[in-house]
Amino acid sequence: MLNYILRRLALIVPTIIGISICAFAFVRVLPGDPILAMAGQHGVTPERYEILREQFGYNLPIWQQYFNYLGGILQGNFGVSLATKRPVITEFMTLFPATIELALVAMFLAVIIGIPAGIFAAVKRGSWFDQLTMGVALTGYSMPIFWWGLLLIIFFSGYLGWTPVSGRIALSFFLRPITGFMLVDTLLYGNWAAFVSALRHLILPAVVLGTIPLAVIARQTRSAMLEILGEDYVRTAKAKGMSPRRVINVHALRNALIPVVTTIGLQIGLLMGGAILTETIFSWPGIGKWMIDSIAKRDYVVVQSGLLLIALIVMAVNLIVDVLYAVINPRIRVQ
Amino acid sequence: MKLMTTLLAASAMLALAAGAAQAKQLVFCSEASPAHFDPGPTTGGNDFDASSRTIYNRLVEFEKGGTAIEPGLAESWSTSEDGKEITFKLRPGVKFHTTSYFTPTRDLNADDVIFSFERQWKEDNAWFAYLDGLTWDYFQGMDMPRYIKEIVKVDDLTVKFVLNEPNAPMIANLAMDFASIVSKEYADQLAASGDLAAFSTQPVGTGPFVFADYQLDTVIRYQAFPDYWAGKQPIDDLIFAITTDPSVRAQRLLAGECDIMAYPAPADIAQLQGNENLVVQEQEGLNIGYMSYNTTEPPFDNVNVRKALSMAVDKAAIIEAVYQGAGQDAKNLIPPTMWSYNNNIPADTYDPEAAKKLLEEAGVTGLTTDLWAMPVSRPYNPNAQRVAELIQADWAAIGVTANIVSYEWTEYRERGKQPDRKGPFQIGWTGDNGDPDNFFATLFSCSAIGVSNYSSWCNQEFEDLIQKAKTTADQAERTALYEKAQEVFKAEEPALTLAHSKVFMPMNKRVINYKMDPLGIHRFDGVDVTE
Repeated sequence: MLNYILRRLALIVPTIIGISICAFAFVRVLPGDPILAMAGQHGVTPERYEILREQFGYNLPIWQQYFNYLGGILQGNFGVSLATKRPVITEFMTLFPATIELALVAMFLAVIIGIPAGIFAAVKRGSWFDQLTMGVALTGYSMPIFWWGLLLIIFFSGYLGWTPVSGRIALSFFLRPITGFMLVDTLLYGNWAAFVSALRHLILPAVVLGTIPLAVIARQTRSAMLEILGEDYVRTAKAKGMSPRRVINVHALRNALIPVVTTIGLQIGLLMGGAILTETIFSWPGIGKWMIDSIAKRDYVVVQSGLLLIALIVMAVNLIVDVLYAVINPRIRVQ
Repeated sequence: MKLMTTLLAASAMLALAAGAAQAKQLVFCSEASPAHFDPGPTTGGNDFDASSRTIYNRLVEFEKGGTAIEPGLAESWSTSEDGKEITFKLRPGVKFHTTSYFTPTRDLNADDVIFSFERQWKEDNAWFAYLDGLTWDYFQGMDMPRYIKEIVKVDDLTVKFVLNEPNAPMIANLAMDFASIVSKEYADQLAASGDLAAFSTQPVGTGPFVFADYQLDTVIRYQAFPDYWAGKQPIDDLIFAITTDPSVRAQRLLAGECDIMAYPAPADIAQLQGNENLVVQEQEGLNIGYMSYNTTEPPFDNVNVRKALSMAVDKAAIIEAVYQGAGQDAKNLIPPTMWSYNNNIPADTYDPEAAKKLLEEAGVTGLTTDLWAMPVSRPYNPNAQRVAELIQADWAAIGVTANIVSYEWTEYRERGKQPDRKGPFQIGWTGDNGDPDNFFATLFSCSAIGVSNYSSWCNQEFEDLIQKAKTTADQAERTALYEKAQEVFKAEEPALTLAHSKVFMPMNKRVINYKMDPLGIHRFDGVDVTE
């Protein structure tokens, strides 16, 4: 097992280098000049432009810029935002809990709805429920997030007035973050009304962000379940007179969930991508919105380091999922 | 002990949260996060809304809802006979904010004023580069280093600006956001503690509101300053709820989550106007959308060709299709709300036949040109691509072929200002300080070629007029000079003046005394809410 983990860790190093090159190159092929963007409407004199280029190291050869950047990262220095002049890592740490909170709740919704729906659809294969579930899943999977989010806001917040339009908590609550997780912080303050407000603010963005993973998980669960239900040992169990409920719970479900765990792990990466749009629509102050705002401001430092930090998180999550997978499925370890 | 502090802090928070429910609160749904809270080096309207207009004051101020200058931290000022010295008398007893991180021991004095400018000006000032990559764009952009010779402390409450040459717009410039007065005492305290960066994140000013808290990209909280020199504000708490998407801002306003919002999307205006709980204020923007001909490029170097091309454009159709009623035809470079506007200038006529004839007379046939369209929507031109398409069709009717060109926004401006650019270039401007010089000299002076004079137009007569107006103190005389300059501009047609846009400000009916600002700033001093 330890061997397996070490092998996986060793793979991470070249991946990080690859991603850092991609992120670095990506922001340099983006149109726009960060120095000009910084200077704003009035423009900047050629002399001042040169001074700034030098100050930010943009005058160096491109490979040297890359090594300076990589060197900084190895020392834990992800650079300073061109717009706010604050360290990128500080901003990231401030905003990250909001994204995690949203992603966890979205994933929670996707799992508690997606898995039972998939199981039920498989067991009742071909029924109206099966067809409906798979139809909805397909629709959910192909839903453009931006449109879907605005639609829900207009209906549930605008028309019905059931949920708040955006933000993380009602503005009348003035709570300084302790952990950064709003649900946790409101409870730490013992403020029940604030907790309810935070929960209400979470519903719509979590539904929007959870839609695609929910669809994927439901479909994956259904097909894994169908496969298992066709296996000999399940038929044997049935033939021996085991109750259908027991067959599903004891024999089929445990085995069917193995690939679903992998799917969930892979969805974490997709959630980060989805968070960029969802957070923008709902003014959710997480790293997704931060990235979009930074691209708009041509804040190259934030974009390249933000991409790398997100990639690191996704890799860490995938590693954990793979290890868990190896724990429940011993066959994987010897491969 | 630690538990004790935590409990104390928690109960203080609870008290604050509970107290907030009774306090008079105004929530502004703003459009973007501020870079930080030091108005000196920032350039965005959203930065100024969050800093200079809430937390700070300037020596002189724009009147609310207008561009006239009124006393601010300076009670009065006088200009010397030769126009080279401006002496400001400071208001006595002006307090700086007391916050959790700073307690002032003295009132505002001349040292604060000198520090506020020298930090932007003198490279040997310890605060000149207190943040990485800091630039003082407005101080540089308004050419302050060229105009200011020195700033002298006469006594604690008297400051003298010594200029290199007379400069009439200087007073208006000093009402701009970059000229906000900061506390030298606070700066000294931070310098002593070594935490210079806090100057931008934990601001201290003399303004109507005290900075309370900022949660990155989410919410900014302010409280009314009880010792404000002009009296405490009617509202207790001012909250900026940062909401980047315009449709979501509109939904928040409709849902009552905010009281007032910035920059509605044109598509949402009708719905907002139709809501009985809301009021939608509107105002002519202090702006101009125009199209610069490159006057050094044949055949655009021929004034008759420029006139013919302008004459062939159906501006009324463009304003209707693109501005959708939220704009008005521009016959001059400056908007009609600005002093010195020359209303005697005849409006542009749309006459394709005459245009054709004029082109023939100039010997121009089968002209093919680039036509530049901005990639972004700006207040002065909501959809430059669409405008370009309409102009393209109009020009096709007189035998001119236009190929539409566009680049990413910063690159677009960079390429556009090159003196050898090919083809007419769409651009525009929103005024900074209400002075005509901010339009004429910034956009069409000879020295602005390669910077913001996208026509590369250097006309001696025009130049003499605007330079003379700049160094003249008498406003009537300046008006006459600018009126004449507008005649020259019209006769030479270096650019097609397209439209001045309308700006909308939707708000809840409970908001009272909000006045729209022609400079596009959002000000909440004096604003009240009904219970």
